[in-house]
Parts: sequence; structure tokens; C-alpha cells
Amino acid sequence: MVRLVAFLVGLFFSGMLLLGLGDTVIKAIQEPEQPTAEHEFHETPLAVSFAHDGPFGKFDRGQLQRGLKVYSEVCAACHSLNLVAFRDFAALGYNEEQVKALAKAWKTEVPSINPETGEAATRPAIPADKIPSPFANEVAARAANNNALPPDLSLITKARADGTAYVYSLLMGYRNQAGYKNAEGKELLKEFPEAATAPGLHFNPWFANLNIAMADPIAGDDQVTYDDGTKATKQQMAKDVSAFLAWTAEPKMENRKSAGWAALGFLIIFTVLAWMSYRTIWADKKH
Amino acid sequence: MSFPWAQEYKPQGTVSKWVDERLPLPRLVYNAVGAGYPVPRNLNYFWNFGVLAGVALVIQIVTGIILAMHYYASVDGAFNSVEHIMRDVNSGWFIRYAHMNGASFFFIVVYIHIFRGLFYGSYKAPREMIWLLGVTIFLLMMATAFMGYVLPWGQMSFWGAQVITGFFSAIPLVGEPLRQWLLGGFAPDQAALNRFFSLHYLMPFVIAGVIILHVWALHIPGSSNPTGVSVKSEQDTVPFHPYYTAKDGFGLGIFLIFFVAVTFFAPNMLGHPDNYIPANPLSTPAHIVPEWYFLPFYAILKAFTVDFGIPFTGIIIIEAKLMGVLAMFGSILLLFFLPWLDTSPVRSGHYRPLFRKFFWFGLIPCIVLLTYCGGKPPYAQWVILSQIAAAYYFAHFLIILPIVSRIERPLPLPNSITEAVTGKPLETAAA
Repeated sequence: MVRLVAFLVGLFFSGMLLLGLGDTVIKAIQEPEQPTAEHEFHETPLAVSFAHDGPFGKFDRGQLQRGLKVYSEVCAACHSLNLVAFRDFAALGYNEEQVKALAKAWKTEVPSINPETGEAATRPAIPADKIPSPFANEVAARAANNNALPPDLSLITKARADGTAYVYSLLMGYRNQAGYKNAEGKELLKEFPEAATAPGLHFNPWFANLNIAMADPIAGDDQVTYDDGTKATKQQMAKDVSAFLAWTAEPKMENRKSAGWAALGFLIIFTVLAWMSYRTIWADKKH
Repeated sequence: MSFPWAQEYKPQGTVSKWVDERLPLPRLVYNAVGAGYPVPRNLNYFWNFGVLAGVALVIQIVTGIILAMHYYASVDGAFNSVEHIMRDVNSGWFIRYAHMNGASFFFIVVYIHIFRGLFYGSYKAPREMIWLLGVTIFLLMMATAFMGYVLPWGQMSFWGAQVITGFFSAIPLVGEPLRQWLLGGFAPDQAALNRFFSLHYLMPFVIAGVIILHVWALHIPGSSNPTGVSVKSEQDTVPFHPYYTAKDGFGLGIFLIFFVAVTFFAPNMLGHPDNYIPANPLSTPAHIVPEWYFLPFYAILKAFTVDFGIPFTGIIIIEAKLMGVLAMFGSILLLFFLPWLDTSPVRSGHYRPLFRKFFWFGLIPCIVLLTYCGGKPPYAQWVILSQIAAAYYFAHFLIILPIVSRIERPLPLPNSITEAVTGKPLETAAA
């Protein structure tokens, strides 16, 4: 009885799936899926390497400090970093006084109240504060940005596939759409005339739908002046800020890797000993 | 019950004797995983995975309890509380990554454990009850993992909850009210998050309870073995301790090396980047995909594309969506009937030439294909492959297996485990 019912159920499910298969094949032949501009012209991230890559990689402190400078002078105009506190900047190699100074000098102040009247006010940031958002709320952010919402950048390199390379590629990826060709030599506007970038958007083939609301934030060289004398080329700035955002997304990465090697070392010794005791105990038993 | 030659627990010293007479817990442990449990001597490394699954559960419970001390189940605070754990709690990043990857490794070892059972016929008499309890544990694990994935309240958490609870709305008439009752609202929100947290904390202990039954049921007939031949004498077995504690210790080391390598060096490899974006009910992700361990079932769900009805009348009896949901649950529930679908008296796939072909060239590629297609967007080529693989999946268990059991001529079995291992016949006189 079980087998008869099973047979009928199996026949039903498999039969419906095969019917569906026929249906899918017929539909695929009758109306083949049309290639889309996103599908044909969306680029995979550029190859770029960082000091913190790989199982032994450590952050380059100098690069993180430069990246912070790019963030604070360029990105911070629109993008919040609300999971990062000023005190966390100690990990970039700043001492306590420098962290205090960084917090105090931050362009946006922290929302507060007037201690006398209780009215809304702002005060300079202290190390314990999270980085203040450039906008009071989402409505304000959208109103200032043509109704687009600049995402918080704290986790951006973890929230995108291949995140650090993605951020770098996006910053380097603004192109002139007229006459743009992909690696195969196909011209975007000839293949997909309707894909022309709408007003208020900016063409960038590294963005998922090719058109991003953010204008090219790093327009050219020397937009910031690095304290360590590094030449601030566009590529240098893009790379430094990407590394900085890799740090904001995972400030404990170095602890993770060093703890990982310790754990692996311990486990390899444990496993060798376990193997030896296994061989010893089983020595007299054929199995 | 055990074999008559099982070693007996002999308490040493007055304290042990005192305890043994009042609460013989050490005796229970001795007989369960100590020298008092005789186990076939020929178990291969596939038999390590039951113990490994138990270890994985313990890792999940320990890390989970610590996470719960810092986690905050609120739609406004959950996401940030997880990041607080990652950034500010001492070694919180380790606890969180271990829990997140521990779930994946729990499923990896349980899947290997299930495949071991499927290939070596561990579900057959007299071990049906062990199998039924095992499938129950698997279902409980799936529910626990799903609810756990919702807790960080990222984009995939929210939309995963939306999709999975949406299955219930496929049920005719009562579907939508049922869904709202389960969620405590029209969409996943504070009520749903709170109850998922509560249940996610409860269910691992339910799983632990069913595992106790699973191991109890195992100790009635004793462990199966790669030949599938029943234990005949003392020569066929070794005491669990020290023989299998030593072997399991080695297996545990290898397992932990893999677990640690992923947890410390590629902790986000098995996750989805979208779950690092806070949940936003107003923005649907481009592709909603579940965690990798649900992909084969997700592929089955999506493979049903035509309604079942009376041809040429337009009358629909079962909609495609409902059928997908039924089939998805059915694909797991059918495992409950496996002991009665596979009627071959031979347990081990080693001695079943026809079964073995369908297993390695049918079932395994079909599940690999379903896992792969489950993570793909619904383009025709992936739908076609899922439909072929899903059709085979149901046919394999419900049609092919019962027929194979009937028509197959198994290879000759060894007379005993000892003979299979040593090549010499069992000396019955010595036993």
C-alpha cells in the first residue's frame, strides 16, 4: 500500500515537472529571453590588491589614515559611517590626543540639547561618539540628493559582492556614455538605445544597473592633500578610501587572522596526536 | 539492550559505588559511549559524522547562548546589536562568526551523515526508528536555521522570512490568515522577530532531546556497518571506548581544521552580502536566495511552473505555487517512508550493483544540480535543469527504488564482519 501510494505520488510530481519542463522549453523557444543592457554591459570588479588581502594580510596604517582623510573631506559630505566611533580611530595609529582633536574638528557636530533650555542643539564630537551623520534623517538626505539616499558606508565592503574591489571599481568606473564600448567591442547606445542615462544620473558600468545617482566624487587629482606627502592621484585616493572602508566594515580583521593561525596551529598538533593515538589503539585490530 | 559480551560497568571506589547505586549516570555514559557499547570493528570514516553532528550542535548552543547575552531582538536594534557584537564585545566577532559558520558546518556534517545512511541502508530493519528520529532532527534543524537567519534583521533575513512564510499563503482558504497568525502581522515585523528569537533559542534543546532518543534507539540494535551484515559474535565488535573515541577524536580534529579555516579566513564565504544591509521592507533585493543548505529544496519549489487542472476546461485543481510548496515539503517527508520503499534485504550499497548505479549516477548528480540551480536567477536554462533534476529526485525515491529493490540481484554477502575484514571465516568456537 505504501509503495502503491508512493508510486502514484512520484508519478504525479515527476509528471507535473516534466509537463513544466515542456512548457519552459516551448516558452524559451517562442519568446527567448532578451538580453538586457545590465546583463551585457555590467562589469565585474577591477583587479586591485591591498596590503590586507590574504590570510597573512595586515592593514596599511598609512593607507587607512589617508583613506580617512578622503572619507572626511569627500564622502562624509553625503555618506554616514554610523557604526564607527571616533575612539575606533586609535586602531589607525592615532594617539589619544589626536583622536580627541579629530573628533573636535569634525565638520558635522553631534545632536545634543542646550543644557539650560532643553532646546535641540549640537555640540562638538568627543571620542566616544559615533561619526555624526551628514543629514539629520532620511528625508533630509533624499531632499539634498535628488531623492536618492546615500547609503551608510560602515559595512559597504561586506554588503557588496567582492566589496573592496567593488568600491574601488565604482570610484574609478565613471565613463562617458556616448560611444562607450565594452571589452567585446559592443557599443552600448547602438545595442540598447533605450539605456541612455537619464538626467540626474551618471553612467558607471560597475554599478548594477549602469546608472548611479552619485556624481563622480573624485573628479581629479589632488582633491585632497595627504599629510604624508603621498601624491593624491585619483587612483591613489580611490584605493586608499576603499582600504579604509574595508577597515570600517571589519575593524577586527587582524585579530581574526592572527587568532586563526593560533587555532589552526593548535588543531594541527591536536589532530596529529589524535591520529597517533588512533593508530596505537587500533594497532592490534585489523579493520 | 546490548550484546551479551558487552563489558559491564564496575564502579571503582566508594564514591563511584555510592553514586551508581543512587543515580547510575556514569553507568549510562559507560554503556552509551564508553567501553560498554560494542561497535562493529569495520566502521569507515563515514561513521564519524554522527559524533561530529553532536559536536556541531554543542558549538551552536554554546556560541548561541553567548550571542543571546548581547543580541537585542528589535526591528530597530537587532542589526546594530549584531554589529555591536562584531565590534565592541570582547571576541564577539569570533563568537558570531563561529555561530554563523557553525550552522553551515552543522548542515555539512548532517548531510554527509544522511548520505551515509542512504548509501549503506542504515534506515532498514531493525533501525527504522533511528532513521525516523533522524529525519525529525533534520526538519527541526531546518526550522531552527531559518529562524536564526532572520535574527540579524538584514535584507536577506527580512525577505527570506517574507518568502518562507509566504509558502503558507499558498494553502487554499486558510493560507493567508494562517500566515498572518504565524507572523503576528501582515509582514515580518517586531512580533515575528520576537517569536523567532524565542523559538530559535528553544528549538536546539528540542533537537538535543530528539538526539537522545536517536542515540537511545541506536543502542537497541547497535551500529550498522559498511558491509551491512549483522554482528554475529564478539570478534565482530570492539568496545566504543577506546577504539572509536580515538577514531572520532582524529575525525574531530580534521573537522575542526576545516571549520576553523573557514571561520577565521573566509567567514563570509557561505553568506550573502545583502545580509549586511539592514532590512528594508520597501526595497526588494534583486535575487532572494536562502542559505546554501536550503538551495536544493528552493530549486524544487521553483521547478513547478504549470498548474494542475482539467485540460481544455480552464479548471485549476492545484496551482503551481501550492504544488511547489507541497513538493518541497514532500521531498523531505518522503524520507520518512524510505524504510518501506526500499525493500531489498541487503543493506549496504556495496553489494547492490543496480542500486549503486542509480545512487552515484542519479541521486548524487541530481542533488548537486538542484543545489546549483537553487541559487541561480529564474532564467530558462536553470529552470529546465531544476525540472529535470527534481523529476528525477521524486522518481528516484518513489518509483525507481521500490522497483530496483524488487528486480536487483545483490552480490554475495560476506558471512561475517570479521570475514570481510580479515578474509578468514569467523571461528564460531572462539566466540
